[in-house]
Amino acid sequence: MADRKVAVQLTGLRKRFGDLEVLKGVSLTAHSGDVIAIIGGSGSGKSTLLRCINFLETPTAGEVRLHGELVAMKPDGEGGFRAADPAQLNRLRARLGMVFQSFNLWPHRTVLENVIEAPVHVLGQNRDAAIANAERLLDRVGLLAKRDVYPEMLSGGQKQRAAIARALAVDPHAMLFDEPTSALDPELVGEVLSVIADLAREGRTMILVTHEMQFARNVASEIIFLRNGLIEEQGKPSDVFDNPKSEALRAFLAPKY
Amino acid sequence: MDFLNITDWSLLALNSPGWGGALLWGAVKTVQIALGGYIIGQIIGVCGAMGKVYGPPWLKELLAIYTTLIRAVPELILILILFYAGTAALNTLAAKIGMGPIDVNGALAGVLVISTVQGAYSTEVIRAAIQSIPSGCHEAAAAYGMSKWTTFKRVTLPLLVPRALPGMSNLWVIATKETALLSVVGFSELALVAKQAAGSTKYYMTFFLAACAIYLTITLISRVFFNQVEARFSRGMVKHK
Repeated sequence: MADRKVAVQLTGLRKRFGDLEVLKGVSLTAHSGDVIAIIGGSGSGKSTLLRCINFLETPTAGEVRLHGELVAMKPDGEGGFRAADPAQLNRLRARLGMVFQSFNLWPHRTVLENVIEAPVHVLGQNRDAAIANAERLLDRVGLLAKRDVYPEMLSGGQKQRAAIARALAVDPHAMLFDEPTSALDPELVGEVLSVIADLAREGRTMILVTHEMQFARNVASEIIFLRNGLIEEQGKPSDVFDNPKSEALRAFLAPKY
Repeated sequence: MDFLNITDWSLLALNSPGWGGALLWGAVKTVQIALGGYIIGQIIGVCGAMGKVYGPPWLKELLAIYTTLIRAVPELILILILFYAGTAALNTLAAKIGMGPIDVNGALAGVLVISTVQGAYSTEVIRAAIQSIPSGCHEAAAAYGMSKWTTFKRVTLPLLVPRALPGMSNLWVIATKETALLSVVGFSELALVAKQAAGSTKYYMTFFLAACAIYLTITLISRVFFNQVEARFSRGMVKHK
């Protein structure tokens, strides 16, 4: 674990929506192989933080480095910033596999077509090779039998597993999970979490926003507790969960009923 | 078969003195003008809708003026303005640079007016279709590094078409009938031919009903076509029965 590359590095990240500053200076480093779980209450800025990594939200200030490369930003003329070089951003984005809360599969493409879309049409891979790889990944998430089915015909858990296969297909430098089980029926949560846990065990670099505390404790190498747009506590799961230092984290972790 | 004795059917014969051939020729002209105006109109519509959804504020303003103005004014008046005022302006211009009078082609004026009108309606149809695409589809495209053009080609367009098709097939039917307005500037399309035939033979009912039948046929054939396109493009969409 000596020469681990930096997959994602955020420095002094700020994000403002109008008068509301959601992120107030967050720094975070994910080395290759890290599994970072971001936890925090509603409105703490955790989803915004994740979406700033691949510029689905453009940070108002700060720096984002992906795979060691600084994402170039320039003023957008309205007091904020935007990516200065769309080609650079797209090249870097293409190697971040994102998994969304609401799946965001492309409804007009079959499961297999969803998985090969970015490899073929963004990374420029050979279609046959992409299909072979996609079939392997779909087999891995247990969806090979559904390869020619449209997303609308899948259960929530199946959709999310297809979305994970889509993320894996770009051979990501880091995977971003935005509350991947929050839109699922309770009995479907397990099948998705076990796939993610599997990926964590094989050393995938992951940053995930989650409400599943037990899962975060078992899978993450580092926990970040976000509160009011700032990192309130961070550390190993055992430290953070067993010895919360701040009153806010204690309250957050305490049973609610 | 006495009930068929309601008119002199030889009037509809394809060869002179029958008017059938002329009617069909008018129908061909009608379809040509409608098709030209429709295709250009839909291209304007796609561009206009993209501008309305993704364009800078000044472009949105400009397009709002276009769609509001064109949809507010009767097509008949637009045709008259373009044909007569357009011809006058063109001839003044031609005289200034020392050229003789120019004859404005009725077909060209027709295509121009119909495409302008269709473009305004189509902009709104396609804008609504774009805005009804779930935002997550574009978000996923962005997250996976798709360029703007790839996103348009691979995500926006295929999701847009099934949403816009019902409105677009409606616009096509309207386009075929808008061509009838060109009769006021003397362009020989189906309606004008029918009127001339009726006027010279005094068999008004025969010729106008024949024209109706031809318009109906065009619409029915179009419906088969649009149904097939719709079936082709609505893959992945849940069908509610």
